[in-house]
Amino acid sequence: MDPKKIDVGEIASRARTIRRLVMEMLAASGSGHPGGSLSAADIIACLYFGVMRHRPHEPFWEDRDRFILSKGHACPALYAALAEAGYITHDLLTSLRRFGSPLQGHPDRRKLGLIEASTGSLGIGLSMGIGMAIAARLRRSPSRTYVMLGDGECEEGQVWEAAMYAPHIKLGSLCAIVDFNRLQLDAGVEELTDLQPLADKWRAFNWHVLEIDGHNYDHILESLAKAEQVADRPTVIVASTVKGKGVSYMENQLRFHGAVPDKPEEIARALAELGAGARS
Amino acid sequence: MIRRWKSPLELGPATREAYGRALAELGEENPRIVVLDADLSKSTYTGHFGKKFKDRFFNVGIAEANMCSIAAGLAAGGFIPFASSFASFLMCKGYEQLRVCCAYMEFNVNFVGSHGGISLGEDGPSQESIEDIGLACCLPGFTVAVPADDVATAALVRAAAEHYGPVYMRVGRPRVPKIYGPGERFSFGRAKTLSDGSDVTVIANGLMVAVACQAAEVAERRGIDVRVIDCHTAKPLDEATIEMAAAETGAIVVAEEHLSRSGLGSLIAQAVTRRHPVPMEFVGIEDTFAESGAPEEILRAYGLTTEHILGAVDRVLTRKAKGAAVVAQ
Repeated sequence: MDPKKIDVGEIASRARTIRRLVMEMLAASGSGHPGGSLSAADIIACLYFGVMRHRPHEPFWEDRDRFILSKGHACPALYAALAEAGYITHDLLTSLRRFGSPLQGHPDRRKLGLIEASTGSLGIGLSMGIGMAIAARLRRSPSRTYVMLGDGECEEGQVWEAAMYAPHIKLGSLCAIVDFNRLQLDAGVEELTDLQPLADKWRAFNWHVLEIDGHNYDHILESLAKAEQVADRPTVIVASTVKGKGVSYMENQLRFHGAVPDKPEEIARALAELGAGARS
Repeated sequence: MIRRWKSPLELGPATREAYGRALAELGEENPRIVVLDADLSKSTYTGHFGKKFKDRFFNVGIAEANMCSIAAGLAAGGFIPFASSFASFLMCKGYEQLRVCCAYMEFNVNFVGSHGGISLGEDGPSQESIEDIGLACCLPGFTVAVPADDVATAALVRAAAEHYGPVYMRVGRPRVPKIYGPGERFSFGRAKTLSDGSDVTVIANGLMVAVACQAAEVAERRGIDVRVIDCHTAKPLDEATIEMAAAETGAIVVAEEHLSRSGLGSLIAQAVTRRHPVPMEFVGIEDTFAESGAPEEILRAYGLTTEHILGAVDRVLTRKAKGAAVVAQ
């Protein structure tokens, strides 16, 4: 991927739309996780509309890049990206979390076959990504594997089992992205089990480590391009983000990790801030 | 009584060794077979495969959870993984990963736990798996099998490679008697009736199949005609064969190297209750862990010998006779 060839304006526009769709979906379902969906939106937009090789007209193309949303609770952002990319219709989005909907409360590949890994139980995605990246290597496929982790998720032991193993087998096609928004469900990450120095931990595990602003498109695209240039080690991008990014009253607010605003005027305000009506 | 085993039973290799050999053979035939282990490849015999196919063998170190999820990722990428460790570690440390990455995600992964049961002996309870079959049977969509000897193991490993869907198979540490001749065919969910007795049925799996055969020989000398069934697949259960045994013999004993209240016996009891209720007895491990010792000492101390099966046969026949007497009144 050549970051210079990517249209940053388009990515910014897609990210805006993803945020608005996330809020519309959550407003319709009345439950879900706005904070972590909004913090991840810019990175997901860069992956789906700039970096990943994938074919919406051929969703199971063998050489597609894989994306695992290990922090499965942020799935509204993923579903919105899939709709924007043309994999699913926009009409489907407001069925989020409804009985019979393929858009389950956490991603479920039994209901939506496009999902590479059904997540929601934190800690498993990076290991799954290792398996998929090894499979690509054995098939001699150029496919790359991207795994997005939550910061709180890094408290799970299995993440570090995977972190130890991927560099050992020189898995250069694997790229982990930590959505470091500093809040988890019960409290701030540093109040529960402080992860810092997080980047140093990954360095100590022999990863190629990049630290970026997870809302700066140039940073995100450059780091993903650098990741692709390192063939003998996996890359982790520690992306500093803002939980609830884009809705002023949600930003950095613990309450909106796993709760949707209950007042209609709050929803209206969020949608207005996210440019509802201005379809991009 | 028509018997399908050769008496006296001849000692064969351990089922774990048969597993390792079968895997290495399969690896030649099918380039999609990949194997994972968690630092026990000498004990599980996956090392045979690892030596022959270095690029398709992944020893992840002592990290069972990671291994099980990586296996699922490999299955997602089109490969047919076999992941192994001791049954206790695979099942208890990898359970969440078996549940979410394989059962729930419906990936085609095969897990083979070695050193199942208490017959591994000297290493003691931390290494012994007494609950793996029950746990595996709880996982929606899993096929669960416990082969009795080397022939059964090799055939079921092959069946696992061909079957689409998650499989758990338990193999054991000690050498076990040979039940089957070469070329015997096996399918998941199709139990083997090893003798055609009509007084009582003993249903067993794993190394308890040989014990059941020996018990049947002793019982025959006492005038009791025992039907022996090798129920190598705990899930899906061969309910038709079990129902026929219940109807034709009127009494069932289940023998397994597993906690008695959560393994094959419970599953069979459900099927019998639903289809054709008859008196049943259970030979298995009571609500306890075992301890270190020689395998034969441990099996004796925890209730898994021919004498224990014969005792259960006597009890179930007494109940069957009482039932018949009540009906006659």
